[in-house]
Amino acid sequence: MNAAVFFQQLINGMSLGSLYALLAIGYTMVYGILRFINFAHSDIFMVGAYSAFFFIVIFRIPWPLAAALAVCFTALVGMTIDRVAYRPVRDAPRISALITAVGVSSFIENLGLVTVGARPKAFESPKFMSRVFHIGPVSITGVAIWVPIITFMLLVVMMYIVYRTKIGMAMRSVSTDIEATRLMGVDVDKVISYTFALGSALAAAGGILWACKYPRITPLMGVYPGWKAFTAAVVGGIGSIPGAMIGGFIIGLIEVMTVAFFPDLSGYRDGVIFLVLVVFLLIRPTGILGETLKEKV
Amino acid sequence: MSDKFRNTLLTIAFIAFLFFVAWLADSYLDEYVMRVVRTGLIYVTAAVSYNLINGIAGQFSLGPNGFMALGGYMVALLILPLEQKEFVWFLQPLIWPFRIFSLTKPLFPLALAIGGAAGALGALIVGVPSLRLRGDYLAIATFGFSQIIIVLANNLIPVTNGALGIKGIPEYANVYWCLTWAILTVLVISNLANSSYGRAMKSIRDDEVAAEAMGIPIFKHKLLAFVVSGFFAGVSGGLMASLITTVSPSLYSFSMTFNLLIIIVLGGLGSITGSTITAFAFTILSEALRFVESPINIGPVHIPGIAGMRMLVFSLLLVLLMVFYRQGLFGQKEISWDWVLSHFKNRDYQGVKTCPQKTDRS
Repeated sequence: MNAAVFFQQLINGMSLGSLYALLAIGYTMVYGILRFINFAHSDIFMVGAYSAFFFIVIFRIPWPLAAALAVCFTALVGMTIDRVAYRPVRDAPRISALITAVGVSSFIENLGLVTVGARPKAFESPKFMSRVFHIGPVSITGVAIWVPIITFMLLVVMMYIVYRTKIGMAMRSVSTDIEATRLMGVDVDKVISYTFALGSALAAAGGILWACKYPRITPLMGVYPGWKAFTAAVVGGIGSIPGAMIGGFIIGLIEVMTVAFFPDLSGYRDGVIFLVLVVFLLIRPTGILGETLKEKV
Repeated sequence: MSDKFRNTLLTIAFIAFLFFVAWLADSYLDEYVMRVVRTGLIYVTAAVSYNLINGIAGQFSLGPNGFMALGGYMVALLILPLEQKEFVWFLQPLIWPFRIFSLTKPLFPLALAIGGAAGALGALIVGVPSLRLRGDYLAIATFGFSQIIIVLANNLIPVTNGALGIKGIPEYANVYWCLTWAILTVLVISNLANSSYGRAMKSIRDDEVAAEAMGIPIFKHKLLAFVVSGFFAGVSGGLMASLITTVSPSLYSFSMTFNLLIIIVLGGLGSITGSTITAFAFTILSEALRFVESPINIGPVHIPGIAGMRMLVFSLLLVLLMVFYRQGLFGQKEISWDWVLSHFKNRDYQGVKTCPQKTDRS
């Protein structure tokens, strides 16, 4: 393995990792507030990619507008899921919320299979994404450069919303103590709804960028990226937004490097990520930046 | 005659009756119906064992498909005839101990027991580290482990033949074996649930911190539930392998766990009676709903079949159940002999309320 190949893989890993980071933030934000894993988040990612696909191919809307519309539409889908499925079980035992999430995830996947079919669709990515740059021996596609850049811009916007606006302050407050926040007169349900919208919007952006990178979209495209992003959230410390970003890059690099250094293990690339997930859960369930949860009686 | 002795006699009589019904069905019903019955019985084994860990011990596991895969592959390797083994592993030879022997039909229960042991061993290996976790973390860890098992099944070609799977497994799983194991599972798990171990498990489910404060060894009881559950999951995986006559990683994918989850939630988390009844109902329903996936012709109108429609219906059912009918059909109640007999007794006494109404588990 020479330096050029290593550099090439590093770029690939960063580009993949930034997509995982986008998706991981949604998991971590919902977990931070509601203490439950939104299994349907990976399917929101798929909804994002498909809605962009339909806006572009069926309605012939120009690419940037279509992407923006898809992000808004997916945010609405996320809010609807919260309103219809998660809010009624919010006060139920946590196992009920988890089972509901598994059910919602399966529902969206199968709705996709029934309505758009299992056959993969070819996603049209814009011209600037498919151009190839050559820097010495390293060749980089436009996607590999644009994905981290767009991710970075989205993350800056997201951090601004969470740390500098009123609704962001409400989100952080709900995640610290939901009861106290309610007593302060904050409409907790509304804040949770906005959280779902923000997380889903990021997932949609991730889904669209993913579709630019891997232009075959299927109703089950979200499943594995979803689990890897979830692993990223756990590695970074679930509940922590900077942790999710760090975790995303770590998981992206691990995945790319496993295949690059051990080509024989390429069949196990998904297994390696699940191994990382399990090892982290067993050794350090709070992840790199997470805080230890206290036992409440 | 003590109540306990009477209940044992009634149970024995009921089991004999079930075998008689199975014999009648086997003689008079056609192959297709019997196949549904056998599938239903295998789902009873799988669902009741899953309910032990999820409903009775209250530890949310998402890994039964992994343990079923362990049992299924183990049974397949044990009972596959030698010439079929050479045929299946034509590129790479099968690993050593399985290459030289194959268990014959009379040894099928032994193969199932070994398959169950494989599931139990898997549950032990997964459970020891991960049962320290709680709630969603446990769910994710068990999910991760079961996915690792499926990834291994896809890649360990000398053992599992990879994604192609193993074909030509002899169909030893007749209705009597399926019924025997379903009855064994229900008996073992309901006795376990009514023993002091079971009460400890239920106390852990209801309040882990309080149970620990009462001096119950939490980890030991969780692990016991997990390993017993893994054993019967392994057996059901083996029965399924022999029923379908092929095993492949996709047979034991996460959708298997999803089906079992619907069954135990619909029946009521913690109710063995509920799981038994809904396992059958689910099997029949998933056969009955096949029509929504097949093409329909209504006069000149042609509706093409849509694959995935059944799963759509089932996932919607799961969400609706969680939102509107969380306790399921039976809640945590069981049908016991005392409960059945109390109905007859009440009629004898003609309204004289001397007989206590026992509606919950005996």
